[in-house]
Amino acid sequence: MDLRYTDEEEHFRDELRTWLSGVLPDVPPLPEDHTDLVARRAYDTDWQRMLYEAGYAGIHWPAEFGGRGSTPTEHLIFLEETERAGAPYVGVNFVGQLHAGPTLIAEASDAQRSTHLAPILKGEHVWCQGFSEPGSGSDLASLSTRAIDDGDDYVVTGQKIWTSFAQVADYCELLVRTDADAPKHKGITWVIMPMDAPGIEIRPIDTALGAGEFAEMFLDEVRIPKSNRVGDENDGWRVTNVTFAFERGTAFISEVISSQRLLADLAAVATRVTRRSGTAWDDAGIRRELGRLDAELDALWSLTKRNVSQAQRTGMVGPGGSVFKLAYADVRKRMADLAEQLLGRAGLAIGDTLDLSDLDHVGERLYTLTLTIAAGTSEIQRNIVGERLLGLPRGDR
Amino acid sequence: MDFELSDDQVALAEGVAALCEGRFDIESVRAMEVDGLDRGRWGELAETGVFSLCLAEDDGGVGLGWAEAAVVFEQLGRALVPGPLVAATLAAGLIEGAADGSTVVTTVPRSLGPAMVEHAAWADVVVISDDQGLWSVPAGALDGVDANQPLDPLTPVRRIDALPQGDQIGDAAAADAWRLRGSMLTAALQLGIAAGATELAVGYAKEREQFGRPIGAFQAVKHRCADMITRVEVLRAAVYAAGATLDGRGADSPERAVSVAKILASSAAAACGKDCVQVHGGMGYTWEVDAHLFLKRAWVHDLAFGEGSELAEELAAGLVS
Repeated sequence: MDLRYTDEEEHFRDELRTWLSGVLPDVPPLPEDHTDLVARRAYDTDWQRMLYEAGYAGIHWPAEFGGRGSTPTEHLIFLEETERAGAPYVGVNFVGQLHAGPTLIAEASDAQRSTHLAPILKGEHVWCQGFSEPGSGSDLASLSTRAIDDGDDYVVTGQKIWTSFAQVADYCELLVRTDADAPKHKGITWVIMPMDAPGIEIRPIDTALGAGEFAEMFLDEVRIPKSNRVGDENDGWRVTNVTFAFERGTAFISEVISSQRLLADLAAVATRVTRRSGTAWDDAGIRRELGRLDAELDALWSLTKRNVSQAQRTGMVGPGGSVFKLAYADVRKRMADLAEQLLGRAGLAIGDTLDLSDLDHVGERLYTLTLTIAAGTSEIQRNIVGERLLGLPRGDR
Repeated sequence: MDFELSDDQVALAEGVAALCEGRFDIESVRAMEVDGLDRGRWGELAETGVFSLCLAEDDGGVGLGWAEAAVVFEQLGRALVPGPLVAATLAAGLIEGAADGSTVVTTVPRSLGPAMVEHAAWADVVVISDDQGLWSVPAGALDGVDANQPLDPLTPVRRIDALPQGDQIGDAAAADAWRLRGSMLTAALQLGIAAGATELAVGYAKEREQFGRPIGAFQAVKHRCADMITRVEVLRAAVYAAGATLDGRGADSPERAVSVAKILASSAAAACGKDCVQVHGGMGYTWEVDAHLFLKRAWVHDLAFGEGSELAEELAAGLVS
């Protein structure tokens, strides 16, 4: 039980810091227009290219597939340091780096790996995810996008939703139903869909935060060569779950760091908000909630280290990821409540808090709504924790 | 960095769990509601080195660290082992007989006005902590009224109208260390209580059937249990971090790490205790089912060695400094 980093780990951190402090001054800020996804793609892939050239792309990918082959602890240090330094987020490269890439490494043929892995690392190919459907959200395995067997091809028809960055993606990790008669988990296949194939229509979906990266995808007899299948036909559910461990394990780690920054800013806001004779900071209830949230973020960082240490020993990310996500979502939503309470009427506009803060606490408040929904709702996470961690019996859903 | 338990730490936890199962089974524990502290069993606990765990080997201790103490105290909390466990460990090496269990030591912070002293009726010596240092008083010299019905039936309390000065046994620095270590050990007990309450609730949710199936199959119950283990796991990370940090193997200052653990412990243990009562339904409100014992002990520990809200205020001050 030792929270200190080894000399090698500190050396890795020092090197990374040196590199970041050298390159970040020349990295422009994120494009202001959130709706310009072409600009966003260019921005995010430029950063990916810089990571690649510096040897930091695919930090957790094995070296034989072009990654750095770092340990989970070094991966944690990478996420921590890039976030602290204010480096660009993984952005459009998320699916390629954290879902599709790791799945290809684990399950794909040599030919598929050599076609796809290097371009993901270099920022040349952007991937999106075609999993959820309008009728299949939490019950993902009920998906109904069907693939008809037609010689060397699958002919795919159906609708996908929540496909972030579909508008600017080159490939899609797509789940299709190849056997309509088999039990729902046993008729699904994982395929690589080139996004320039005829028959794909993409429509953006505006969120509660306004226009953004979400899209839905309509597939009308899209021809996908069978050579694009990853894993066996009808084995796609198992292939899919290889990726989920990665998503739950790493997606929210850097957010703990950014949450600490947000919380410190909320404390500063409390000292600026005038209340009767003083400021909101004079309210012991506010101070206590700030202190509790500080403690809980600190504990979540320790939990992250425990999960990472476990991954380092066993190579697996266990249900600890679900526990982390449940607790993290709760903390962030309480931070949003506190922000609402502190800002009062200064919280009536997104991006303008009447000079109380430079940070967008109103946008952040809206964002927290996704934390109990995206990547498996909190209800689904509680089922996972209850059944896999505690061994409680399955019941009706 | 390796934040997993070592093989030795796992073995230590299993050893203490086995000891608790054999000698502090719930029947023996509950017998102390009436009979008072079982000094025989207290001595057995001391013999295994539980109280002298962090005392140097040269001083007759086991010479392990506070991380190990955290792991051990988690198991003691889980088994609802009664008695002034924290004071015994803090007093080892400071008060003759504390480490071997022949002298039972309890502790109370000095306060203005009347005080409730835990375990006074079971103890030989009371250690009073204040900003100037640590002060010792024979328990028998502490005039007061033993409560007829303490909140936790296994934590007797004595009302004292005015604490005596006592004989000084430690300076201000010793008192600081006393409070810091005591806070971490109490948080570790809380962790065990939260974990024990969760185990009890989950076990019941698997067995108890209504509407033709175990109640744990219903999401309303299952999700409550999931929230319980979530609190336990977050708290466990905080408590182990505090233990490791006290040993100089941490990332933060020991004061911060311990505060974090105690703040989380205060809310998590009581919340798990309440949820344990709720999962048991009507049976959860009975004396017979142990659920109330977990909750009551959690409430007692909330107030010992730093109350959550006060610690949270101190932590908040660090956000704007």
